[in-house]
Amino acid sequence: MKLSRRCFLSFSIGGAVGTALSPLPWKLTDDLSIWSQNWPWTPVPPDGESTYVDSTCMLCPGHCGIRVRKIDQRAVKIEGQENTVLNPGGGVCLLGLSGLQLLYSPTRVKGPLRKIKDDKGLPKWESISWSLAIEEVAKQLMDLRAQGRSHTVASLVGQEDGTVPQLLKRLIKAYGSPHFYHMPSVEDTQGAVLSLSQGIDGFVGLDVENADYILSFGSALLDGFGSPLRMMRAINRLKEQKGTLVQIEPRLSNTAAKADLWLAAKPGTEADLALGMAHVLINQRRFNEDFIYNHTEGFELFAVMVRNSYTPEAVAVTTGIDAATITQTALAFAAAKRPLAIFGHGKGQAPGSMREAAAVNALNALVGNINRPGGLHAMPAYDYIDWPAPFLDGIAYAGFNAKRVDGSGTPSVHRFFEAVDAAPEKLQLLMIAEANPSYSLTGCGKIKQAIKKIPFVVSFSSFMDETAMQADLILPNHLYLERWEDIPMRAGAVRQTVGLCRPVVAPQQNTQHLGDTVIQIAKALKGTVAQSFPWDNYYACLKQTMGNQWQDMNAKGAWEKEPAVVSPEPGFKTESGKLVMMNEPLKKILGAIVPAPEGDEKKFPLQLVAYDSIRLSSGYIGNPPFMNKVLPDTVLKGNEGFVELNPETAGKLGLAEGQSAILTTPHGQVKVRVHLNHGIMPGLLAMARGLGHTAYDGYLSGKGVNTNELIGPVEDPASGLDAAWGIQAILAKA
Amino acid sequence: MKQTQIHNEQPPRRYGMAIDVDKCTGCGSCMVACFSENNVPFKQDETDKLLSITWMRVYQLTNGKTFPHTEVAYLPRPCQHCAGQHEGHSPCVSVCPATATDYSADTGIVSQIYTRCFGCRYCMGACPYHARYFNWWDPVWPDGMEKYLSPNVSPRMRGVVEKCSFCFHRYQMARDKAYTEGGRKVQEAEYQTACAQACPAGAIVFGDLNDPSHAVNQIVKPDAHNHYKSGNPRAFRLLERLGTNTKVYYLSSREWVRRSGDNYRADEQPGMPGAAAQHG
Repeated sequence: MKLSRRCFLSFSIGGAVGTALSPLPWKLTDDLSIWSQNWPWTPVPPDGESTYVDSTCMLCPGHCGIRVRKIDQRAVKIEGQENTVLNPGGGVCLLGLSGLQLLYSPTRVKGPLRKIKDDKGLPKWESISWSLAIEEVAKQLMDLRAQGRSHTVASLVGQEDGTVPQLLKRLIKAYGSPHFYHMPSVEDTQGAVLSLSQGIDGFVGLDVENADYILSFGSALLDGFGSPLRMMRAINRLKEQKGTLVQIEPRLSNTAAKADLWLAAKPGTEADLALGMAHVLINQRRFNEDFIYNHTEGFELFAVMVRNSYTPEAVAVTTGIDAATITQTALAFAAAKRPLAIFGHGKGQAPGSMREAAAVNALNALVGNINRPGGLHAMPAYDYIDWPAPFLDGIAYAGFNAKRVDGSGTPSVHRFFEAVDAAPEKLQLLMIAEANPSYSLTGCGKIKQAIKKIPFVVSFSSFMDETAMQADLILPNHLYLERWEDIPMRAGAVRQTVGLCRPVVAPQQNTQHLGDTVIQIAKALKGTVAQSFPWDNYYACLKQTMGNQWQDMNAKGAWEKEPAVVSPEPGFKTESGKLVMMNEPLKKILGAIVPAPEGDEKKFPLQLVAYDSIRLSSGYIGNPPFMNKVLPDTVLKGNEGFVELNPETAGKLGLAEGQSAILTTPHGQVKVRVHLNHGIMPGLLAMARGLGHTAYDGYLSGKGVNTNELIGPVEDPASGLDAAWGIQAILAKA
Repeated sequence: MKQTQIHNEQPPRRYGMAIDVDKCTGCGSCMVACFSENNVPFKQDETDKLLSITWMRVYQLTNGKTFPHTEVAYLPRPCQHCAGQHEGHSPCVSVCPATATDYSADTGIVSQIYTRCFGCRYCMGACPYHARYFNWWDPVWPDGMEKYLSPNVSPRMRGVVEKCSFCFHRYQMARDKAYTEGGRKVQEAEYQTACAQACPAGAIVFGDLNDPSHAVNQIVKPDAHNHYKSGNPRAFRLLERLGTNTKVYYLSSREWVRRSGDNYRADEQPGMPGAAAQHG
């Protein structure tokens, strides 16, 4: 058959028109869209019975009450408890909400791991059983003990309160070592000042709920300071009741943005500002005379010091805030009914300057708002753990009384690692729980280097974090959603409360409760060490420790201690029974020369400070994917971190928004991008804390810069703790 | 019959929100509460904000002044659930060729049915608030994390548009419960969105704008006869002059914040109805 051209065209065109008019293309498009939406890999979450379990969040010191929604055995959502002791106002923060991403994270340690060398001599992880893991630690510990070197063993925990850290502390003591450390925080400095001025060994309570004038010395009250939810509620209450919030810091943080008055003092001059305000109060006799004359000692000495050295005019030059503003603010502070000055920069993850803490404490004393509603409260230390003293044999006794390697009065983690770095033979074994010093301590590069020199490092981390990567053995703890634990509240709490953390789901990995691990290690060590641990397991230990409170605590989720009877006497525990405004140690502290930020000002003309954001978790917990997702693209873009600076400074450097630059400090050099922000003091650079992880997975690793690698510790002359408040730096076009 | 009549006499529910910008601290908990409630996916890199799916997004506003007079404020933006000038005339609903998004006359909520959506993205073009997001990829949860997915919200697939639903599944659950308990009304506390529930600052208030017993009605004081314009001098809506008649109201005592809700001329007062409010 012959096909003519005409025939061919009519056939093709006719066919095309026919197909177009038929339902076929529409049906195919429809099918295609249905087909493309039904891939087997799009998960269909199984349905089941919906239940709620109440517990306590352990991701930050705030310890809010949480409610976890479950579908059968899966936890599907974390919500805040409403109107409970642990969460009176309801709500939950973004870190608390992201908890399930940590629970089900693929970067969790799946079970006990031992580091071995592969054929090529490269380190690799080998999965071992729990009994073998305990045996391995016990063997290392027994060998050292047999050699009379029990004092070369150390332990580092996130914080010391509660039965679990205390069990580890007990193990270290019964084993025979003086080396028990916790990660530094503002509470160390607050506690030291409390002890000096009031003679009380405990922690500072901040009655933010009842204050009507809050003078915050750089505390990130709305960005995660202390107990973040409590602070946010208190500030909103303050604003509703027409109270005043004054924020002192060089960068317009979220707290400064909500403040009634933002005072951008030069970083490092906050103590001078506080003493300048004290000068105004004393000079104009606007201090609380009843309190000062009846309940304090050393006032005259203090008054002489501030009169001579801290006139508003002199302080104006130091701080960059004009004298009139200093005077007005001081007078407004004194005129308030319940004024409260708060010490602690950012979230309070660094101890900070003793001088500043003492100066802020003096301001609170001058207005007499101490141990009174809306003021600063001296909270006694928790004493519900009343275990008998551990049994010490000869080795333990000698080891426990040996000199600590850091050699300072109060244990200092930074000095400890410096000593280890200088003389590695002094430390043979380190056990680390709920802490990530290789990432979260200032000058972490040096810390990493020191840890590398320790022959045997045991990590109890549930995550493959920077420190766990360096360990020789990992004995992973349960995550907070899988375990029992008592949680004594600090972080500015004004009533002693112990929250209960309870398992929401069964352990997801082959992990073990740290309390059980410690008890098992102790038992494996035999002798007096084993005798010091009479409990069968951690749960039995917890139940016995809580005693009569256990049932109540289990039912309510928390145990609140009865508030102390309010007496007209402030109840100071110093020798004279009065609050010490000034004595020899305090004179030394207040008169100390402020440690300048590290670095030569000529070589590094700018100053870099790290700032805290509630959208970034910068401590032991790595930022979960949800929190990275809400980071602004002016903090992180791709894998590049940003440094913030004033457009004026940027203009001088010839830098424009988003441009790449090289940031150099005495500790290192990084490539960053530039974000221009009018809300930052000219001459200053600021970077968010909490990025730049090298461990974890692609959701967190390699994103941005870890400020701790750029900023080193600065030793406080009084406490020996880290008082770093930035570092000198230089920024140049890339 | 009597019951039906009483029901008909009542105005329909009109769920809406009042967000106090002066209270919002910009923490972002509302965003994360929304992600975890609604199975919102995440990628390794979420820094390209045009591709980052956030049903609720917190914007930073600034007064543009130099140091030290700079001020910032935060503005959380869920779907605004526009009613338009005639009930149901939402910009997105009007353009959807697949009826994948629809306006519920019963609740005032703008829905999104993923399996109906074939990804033309007209609605995204029509939405003045950038409240809609397109799934350019299939969502991937890291190994094990799919365990926390809620069965109440379907995970979306590549090729569909998604947006804030005012946690409609929570309304369905509350409504079903109320129905089984003798057909009573859904209580204010029974139906709250995840963001309102989580907000640590108490900045988000959610409820029925037509029910005088609900806090949101008392705060907003909407005028039902004038496109639900708020009677609260602190309140404003976003791009109000477009006549979208949104159900999300913002509150601020600061004029520069209220001005940032629309592109006002220098001589214009914020919140003043422009031409569009008279003829939509």
